[in-house]
Amino acid sequence: MNLLEVRNLKVSYGGIQALKGVDIDVAQGELVALIGSNGAGKTTALKALAGLLPSSGKVHYAERSLHHCATHQRVRDGLVLVPEGRGVFARMSVEENLQMGAYCRDDKAAIAQELAQLYTLFPRLAERRAQLAGTLSGGKQQMVAMGRAMMSRPKLLMLDEPSMGLAPLMVDKIFETIRAIAAQGISILLVEQNARLALEIASRGYVLENGLITLSDSAAKLLGSDAVQRAYLGV
Amino acid sequence: MEILLQQIINGLVQGSVYALVALGYTMVYGILGLINFAHGEVVMVGAMVALVVIKALLASALSPVLVLLLSLLAAVSVCMALGYGIERIAYRPLRHAPRLAPLITAIGVSIVLQTLAMIIWGREYHAFPQLLPNVAHSLGGAVINEVQIAIVLVAVLVMLALLLLVHRTRLGRAMRAVAENPAAAALMGVNINGVISTTFMLGSALAALAGIMVSANYGIVHYYMGFMLGLKAFTAAVLGGIGNLRGAMLGGVMLGLIESLGAGYSGELTGGVFGSNYQDVFAFIVLIAVLIFRPSGLLGERVAERA
Repeated sequence: MNLLEVRNLKVSYGGIQALKGVDIDVAQGELVALIGSNGAGKTTALKALAGLLPSSGKVHYAERSLHHCATHQRVRDGLVLVPEGRGVFARMSVEENLQMGAYCRDDKAAIAQELAQLYTLFPRLAERRAQLAGTLSGGKQQMVAMGRAMMSRPKLLMLDEPSMGLAPLMVDKIFETIRAIAAQGISILLVEQNARLALEIASRGYVLENGLITLSDSAAKLLGSDAVQRAYLGV
Repeated sequence: MEILLQQIINGLVQGSVYALVALGYTMVYGILGLINFAHGEVVMVGAMVALVVIKALLASALSPVLVLLLSLLAAVSVCMALGYGIERIAYRPLRHAPRLAPLITAIGVSIVLQTLAMIIWGREYHAFPQLLPNVAHSLGGAVINEVQIAIVLVAVLVMLALLLLVHRTRLGRAMRAVAENPAAAALMGVNINGVISTTFMLGSALAALAGIMVSANYGIVHYYMGFMLGLKAFTAAVLGGIGNLRGAMLGGVMLGLIESLGAGYSGELTGGVFGSNYQDVFAFIVLIAVLIFRPSGLLGERVAERA
């Protein structure tokens, strides 16, 4: 059984259907990319899976239905979203942001230890732990957002456009980090407009167009497919 | 000189009460963007409940200090339940409605509570018994009594405790997170509804305390007492910068001082045309001035959004 099984997921805003019945699977330890153009419904899909939007259809996670399960309960079960635009708490310090990630945990010793590990992974954040997160650059805010998500001990980490608005060097750094997280055995569902980068690190991928999955295959095959190359890779 | 000192003392005492009530407005605004116009009525309910308990226990052999503490406990408990209920019944169903809807509802809740209080306790003024000997001390020609000293001390302690709670605890961090970005807070596993309920209950507990203070200071309780007090505390919150805790404290004390100094000198300065009975005018002059010249308040960062 897959860690996440989504069947016929539908979301409407007012009268407009943003998702028209989407199926997605993520196996334990898998890195899956969800690509598509602007407005295809990628962010909507992740928000619905996080419980931030009302949706219909079946969502099974960790062998149970998430129907009627509030966002904060999903987080407690390890279904964690790093939202588009990062969502850091601008008026809190870097350290307070990271501690917010561990909000649901009470194992103080382990939290302190993981915080220390995070700071060795992101030395730039260690230097700025007392700085207000809103005054950081976009790349460092993305680090805070991902570090914060890791502090919630995710089983399935959903990342929404982690590369958005970042300088190329910083994008490389973020993707390196995503790879490192995946190497720890954490399942990842990655939404990206930068289709090439996403498919290069993913094992499988889905292409979302106008609220429907139009292609799904191994990442390597998607990278080689004519349709994907023409539409998303600019070849 | 004695008049000046006396007005400053009176202003600090009244300002402490305004600050406690203003905190309730500002906490709810910070977290929901809602002006809870029913908050003044919670102060009144706190005073009424305390009065009921004191009257019931007055004939008993219990020590006055114990009676006071029991009445405080009862008032705080009832007001916390009331604050929880107001949010749950009147505001939560309108969480995603246009902003005008909860505002009008808040005014409605205020009227309902006032009317209920009038039905239960009547239209007359009730005397609030003096439980402890209230010794007056002379201070450089001015007079300050022990109830007033207690009001200022308790208010300061409670406000320090609130700042510690908000800035040093897990609950406080969750409150700030919800205030800043509710969706992101939920993504950290924060139960947003739980935090909102807790915020209403905290603000209501402060309101209960303020209700007892103001009743003990003036010796009078009345079903209408929450209305003007609520409006002034709201003014204090706006003066300090609504949504900002330190702003509510500063705004409360400043408004108390402005009012009291204004009332103390207005007769002299206008040749007796406007006497101290024009005291209430000052709060609203301050409100209008702040809204015109500095709508974000003294310590506020954000300009208030449209209602």
